[in-house]
Amino acid sequence: MDGYYAFMLVATAFVLMMTVPALALFYGGMSRSKSVLNMIMMSFIAAAIVGILYVAVGWSMGWSGNGTFFADPFALVMLNGVETSDYIYVMFQMTFAIITVALISGAIADRVKFSAWVLFIPLWAVLVYFPMAHMVFSCTDDSLICGRIGAQDYAGGTAVHINAGIAALVLAVVIGKRVGWPKDKMRPHNLTLTMLGAGMLWLGWYGFNVGSIVFGSTFEDDPDAFLQQFYSETGRTFANTTLATMAAILGWLVIERLMHGKATSLGAASGIVAGLVAITPAAGAVDIEGALAIGVIAGALCAVAVGWKFKLGLDDSLDVVGVHLVGGIAGTVLIGFFSTSEGAGGVDGLFYGGGTDSLVAQVLGVLVAVGYSGVLTLVIALAIKFTLGWRMDEEDEVGGADLSQHGESAYDLHTGVGGGVKSSVVAGATAAAPNTGART
Amino acid sequence: MKLVTAVIKPHKWEDVREALETFGVTGMTVSEVSGYGRQKGHTEVYRGAEYDIALVPKIRVEIVVDDGDADDVVEIVIKTAQTGKIGDGKVWVSPVDAVVRVRTGDRDVSAL
Repeated sequence: MDGYYAFMLVATAFVLMMTVPALALFYGGMSRSKSVLNMIMMSFIAAAIVGILYVAVGWSMGWSGNGTFFADPFALVMLNGVETSDYIYVMFQMTFAIITVALISGAIADRVKFSAWVLFIPLWAVLVYFPMAHMVFSCTDDSLICGRIGAQDYAGGTAVHINAGIAALVLAVVIGKRVGWPKDKMRPHNLTLTMLGAGMLWLGWYGFNVGSIVFGSTFEDDPDAFLQQFYSETGRTFANTTLATMAAILGWLVIERLMHGKATSLGAASGIVAGLVAITPAAGAVDIEGALAIGVIAGALCAVAVGWKFKLGLDDSLDVVGVHLVGGIAGTVLIGFFSTSEGAGGVDGLFYGGGTDSLVAQVLGVLVAVGYSGVLTLVIALAIKFTLGWRMDEEDEVGGADLSQHGESAYDLHTGVGGGVKSSVVAGATAAAPNTGART
Repeated sequence: MKLVTAVIKPHKWEDVREALETFGVTGMTVSEVSGYGRQKGHTEVYRGAEYDIALVPKIRVEIVVDDGDADDVVEIVIKTAQTGKIGDGKVWVSPVDAVVRVRTGDRDVSAL
């Protein structure tokens, strides 16, 4: 039990690192140089707002008791009634809420007022994510996706990736495309940041997936069974997370090489994320072969899916839909084929002699996640559109979100030309003093 | 005096500079520029989306020389920057009316 507790401390910090800074760098590198700070800030501000909200009502909505969609939001407000020795489990779940919200930002890069995003975050967290976490992770008997439908989702294929992916799709439709897209060149401005972010996401994902273990018995009741599950299940989820990701890199690169002639670094980074997304729900359910299959299918499928936005005229700027929605659905549904009864769910999928029961449950789980998140996100998106408004002025957007939203530039590549600190902030300086050459 | 302006491939600039120094050129202005000629740009692919990149990065070298040296300088640039492949760049010569060294006020050839 001590070992498990220490492991959760580390796992939780790892998952927070996935947003701050891994996802922020992953997205920031893909955005344009004039809006990279804004892209990074969308993740950082999500961490700040969602984290505090999670302690306020999020944990209570998820874990205070029964409910089809959510539990009593006020029973455990500000963690009143939660033992401090259980705080780490609250913090662990908090980091999931944070990254789910931050994931959405990639679909609406470069064009959204910072104030609109700040308004969207609490609305979406409370109305969409906190209920979804209850439906999937708390797994009370009456919770919709886990309890009633019985869909397997080890670490958030539905609650995190499908949820964020469909929300990204809805926002991209409501908010519309960037000025000049797709005619203007909007290629990634710094793929080294993106590669670094992808690598850090992979590292953090071990906290995400392996830390999502749920025990069948308490250590006090049955120490042997507890430890046996801890050893075997963490080994399984760690190995599956690793191998699916490796297979997805290869799957993505093969498709790229065949379709476009080159295996790209952005393809490798994207393959990493696609594989991690797809194995997230399945990490405990499948064996090594299943993990490899899910990884390679997801990598190849997402490599094709990121091209759909051009056919649809949808400016999902950084491919949140193509990677998280498509990858999340792939992983969640493929459990229905590759699940093994030796795994955490104890259910055989179609390819393991278990019939179609698992597949049906998985598909239903996907549909509920898409439906719930899609409808509520649309309501929030339209509410913001017709009140505060989502879009920056065109001039601000073209000039860059960094300058217009934050008053900063990410890169100063031309030193020695122009400007100085304004005299009003330098002690003793006089305004616009002509250079007389005198040493004062 | 003449202004010799050369737009060349970036990886050839060190060779050009060495050859010009050997010849006796004492200074030059160098900038990173982009543009295109008959070579046109190239295509890059990001997540399956093809981007036509019209502009090709080049180095622009500007040297002011005495009238009699202009042809030699042009020859040196051509000899050292030439790869024979498309995209080697251009060199052109234009007249310069006056040159002044800011530090001393020296004019024309003595300012070079």
